Amino acid sequence: MTSLLEVENLRVDFPTEDGVITAVRGVSYTLERGEALGIVGESGSGKSVTSLAILGLLPRTARVSGSVRFEGSELLGRSDNELSSYRGRHIAMIFQDPLASLNPVYTIGDQIIEAVLAHRDVGKDAARRRALELLDIVGIPHAAQRMHNYPHEMSGGMKQRVVIAIAMANDPDVIIADEPTTALDVTVQAQVLEALEAAREATGAALVLITHDLGVIAGHADRLCVMYAGRLVEQGTVEEVFYTPRMPYTLGLLGSLPRIDARTHERLTPIVGAPPSLLDLPSGCPFRPRCPLAQPICAAEEPALFGVGKGHSAACHFHEKLINAAAREIFQ
Amino acid sequence: MSETKERPGMGEIKERTQFQIVRTRFLRHRLAVGSLIAFGLIVLIAYGGAALWKYSHTDITPDNSQPPSLAHPFGTDSIGHDGLAQVLRGMQQSIKIALLVALIATGVGTAWGAVAGYFGRHVDNLLMRLADLVIILPAIAVAAAMAAVGGGSWWSIALIIGSLASASVSRVIRGVVLSLREQDFIEAAKALGASDLRIITRHLVPNALGPLIVNATILVAVGILAETALSFLGFGVRTPDISLGLLINQAEGAVNTRPWLFYFPGVFIILIALTINFIGDGLRDAFDPRQTRMRR
Amino acid sequence: MTTVLEVRGLVKHFPVRSRGVIKRRVGDVHAVCGVSFDLAEQETLGLVGESGCGKTTTARLLLNLIPATAGSVHYGGRDLLKLSRSQMRPLRRDLQIVFQDPFASLDPRMTVAELIAEPLRIHSLFETKKVRELMRQVGLNPEHANRFPHEFSGGQRQRIGIARALALRPKVLLLDEPVSALDVSIRAGVINLLADLQESLGLSYIFVSHDLSVIRHVADRVAVMYLGKIVELAPTDALFNRAAHPYTQALISAIPVPDPHKERERRRIILAGDVPSPVDPPSGCRFRTRCPKFATLTAQEKQRCVNDVPALQDRGQGHPSACHYAEAVRML
Repeated sequence: MTSLLEVENLRVDFPTEDGVITAVRGVSYTLERGEALGIVGESGSGKSVTSLAILGLLPRTARVSGSVRFEGSELLGRSDNELSSYRGRHIAMIFQDPLASLNPVYTIGDQIIEAVLAHRDVGKDAARRRALELLDIVGIPHAAQRMHNYPHEMSGGMKQRVVIAIAMANDPDVIIADEPTTALDVTVQAQVLEALEAAREATGAALVLITHDLGVIAGHADRLCVMYAGRLVEQGTVEEVFYTPRMPYTLGLLGSLPRIDARTHERLTPIVGAPPSLLDLPSGCPFRPRCPLAQPICAAEEPALFGVGKGHSAACHFHEKLINAAAREIFQ
Repeated sequence: MSETKERPGMGEIKERTQFQIVRTRFLRHRLAVGSLIAFGLIVLIAYGGAALWKYSHTDITPDNSQPPSLAHPFGTDSIGHDGLAQVLRGMQQSIKIALLVALIATGVGTAWGAVAGYFGRHVDNLLMRLADLVIILPAIAVAAAMAAVGGGSWWSIALIIGSLASASVSRVIRGVVLSLREQDFIEAAKALGASDLRIITRHLVPNALGPLIVNATILVAVGILAETALSFLGFGVRTPDISLGLLINQAEGAVNTRPWLFYFPGVFIILIALTINFIGDGLRDAFDPRQTRMRR
Repeated sequence: MTTVLEVRGLVKHFPVRSRGVIKRRVGDVHAVCGVSFDLAEQETLGLVGESGCGKTTTARLLLNLIPATAGSVHYGGRDLLKLSRSQMRPLRRDLQIVFQDPFASLDPRMTVAELIAEPLRIHSLFETKKVRELMRQVGLNPEHANRFPHEFSGGQRQRIGIARALALRPKVLLLDEPVSALDVSIRAGVINLLADLQESLGLSYIFVSHDLSVIRHVADRVAVMYLGKIVELAPTDALFNRAAHPYTQALISAIPVPDPHKERERRRIILAGDVPSPVDPPSGCRFRTRCPKFATLTAQEKQRCVNDVPALQDRGQGHPSACHYAEAVRML
């Protein structure tokens, strides 16, 4: 039985004036029907590029290799025209900036109706009813009046909810949400995440949630991929990864996060250094310069993803040392 | 910055001044350095050559309308002026005028625009309406009228063209300063207690150097052309004195019959404008620390 | 403990002007409306709220960077808001600020050495060795003195900003979202640095942030702001254990916890609607339009919220809050 979405050995190169930047270096993951997969990473980790590559939304200069299969059929290498029959219909995308997805000169009603009509031939009235229903699902009050609003008349949170409504217009199988709440305030983030959950419930779509916020992942994902310098460095169920991380980066990240449930004034355990430049990656494991466990082998050989538990894998030569380890002990 | 000479051990690193850094960066820009040398040579030829050459630009030789020869490398005109002597003198005058125009227009325009943009509100309104006024005046007509008063000396011509051109420079600089003024680092400087003068001279102007230098190099060409136009109307440099613009102007009718009269000054105008432009290019990159690539 | 900064009734209105040639004043943005608090020696006061709540404007007002509409800020027996720019200059040595965006707040044309030397030069205190000492103090390599800001990572740039602020040996440091623009793995290092500096230099901090989880790690007391007003002011522990104002409760509940089990079992208060426009804030309690508590009140009780502005006072929770019907709730 094939998975809904299979990404295999995905690699993305950007030729630039300073040299070739390899933003994604061999990423593989699968997404099952109805599942919520979180992809977490810092800026420059390649988490966004990975998802843009799936839908062929990267600039023309990008060189993409590997394989992306949706329900068993290959998406990479297809023409823009062929891909557009997948976009929205099967795979919908939500971006960080809702303004990037909304056209400022049309009312939001028109835009949702257009999205509904893009892939199916229902009447204008049916499309309008569907649009109202969608706005209702994402929690926009007075939907009938809001239909006549232009994007600039709405707040950021409202706009993002409209984008979610558009994303679910065609009952997609996958919704890819790329930092959907990063630009928003926390109370608005809570509203939008709830809208996203409602959208999933209504459509049964699988979700790829890309974010730098581990807290959001903890609340909304079933499985989790951690990315660092263009590679997956750990993946597994959220429970496994959060409670028994086996890659020092994941462990360090969890240890360095300010937490609202911490003791007041509790001291954080930072990871030294900064993520590497993609133009100048260290040899071997990219996390090596910041890693307290680093040994000569880490410079010689980039670790593959080792299986460390059921559906849990980690890219570290010394993953066994992390069993029951606390960030404080390792990183101090 | 790999060229930083770092030695191990603390405290041995000499802090480099902005000037040293800019110089290092400029010297890496080969085309600009080449142009600087070329421009230096042009200036040297214009002054040294004129001193050494057997004819002066006012001399009238018995040979008239001669094509280039050993006696007259740039030929002669219909009256019998030696072409080389005239071009050398023309270069002197044109270079002086062009550089002074660029200097005046950039200096006045920068102060004008920076003050307007930084202080904003009423100051801005007043200064910019004044700039509008200067810009809409037909510059050549004003320059002609004023040059008549100034008596046609090279510096009065440069002064007039430069002042008129400074209005458009001020607009450019004001625009740049307006956007810079809103930047956090300006507020940061204020929070440190920096004075307005310091903010303008240490933060605003250095950050506006890119557009400023580009403008200045364009102004050199503008200076040469404006002087030519004035000469054509009879208000610029007047015979028996000569400038490159005036030379071309006089030779306009002779392009087909005595092309040497036209082409020699033309080549030098192009050389001057081109070298100044490349020097400006190099300066702009040298002043911009974000420019890391070595070019050309 | 001695009070270093005494803020009383701070008000800031920004005029809204009509478009066109004659810019008539058509209204005011009520950015800060009667904010009062004290800052004690060596204390960290967290100023928390979402975008548009006036926390950043408050910070600017405290330093006299923008003129206040009304109110007073007493430091060392003088009202800062009454001082001219030249009278203010010597006091700037004592009151410094670290900006949110380490990319925009450093002049790109200056080297690190020049940037750190700038405050010293302005106040005629420049010595080369001071610059090197400051660089070491904030964890920067003094050998990098000739580099330009763009050659540093975000975390290092923020350290440059901190070194600049420390150069004049201030007593009070205003931290305006100092870690918000940084990558997650870098935040902890900067937070720890700030804590260490406070201890070794005896600084008082006003820590402006939208993120309560960061506040939990750094603040001794917290002031929560909503639409230009402080709605709750409490010691950090008290705020998280006995949040009295419905807005504080919603804010705490909206911050995700990076722990899958806790995150999924938490009570979440989803606020309705958007923050009202500060040009025309609601009468009475400004939070009432979104308040979950307001919705549960009887018509008679609601009248009070509509008519009376709730004062910031202790209503039996042990710390002041601005809600007529304050009730302590443990949110974690």
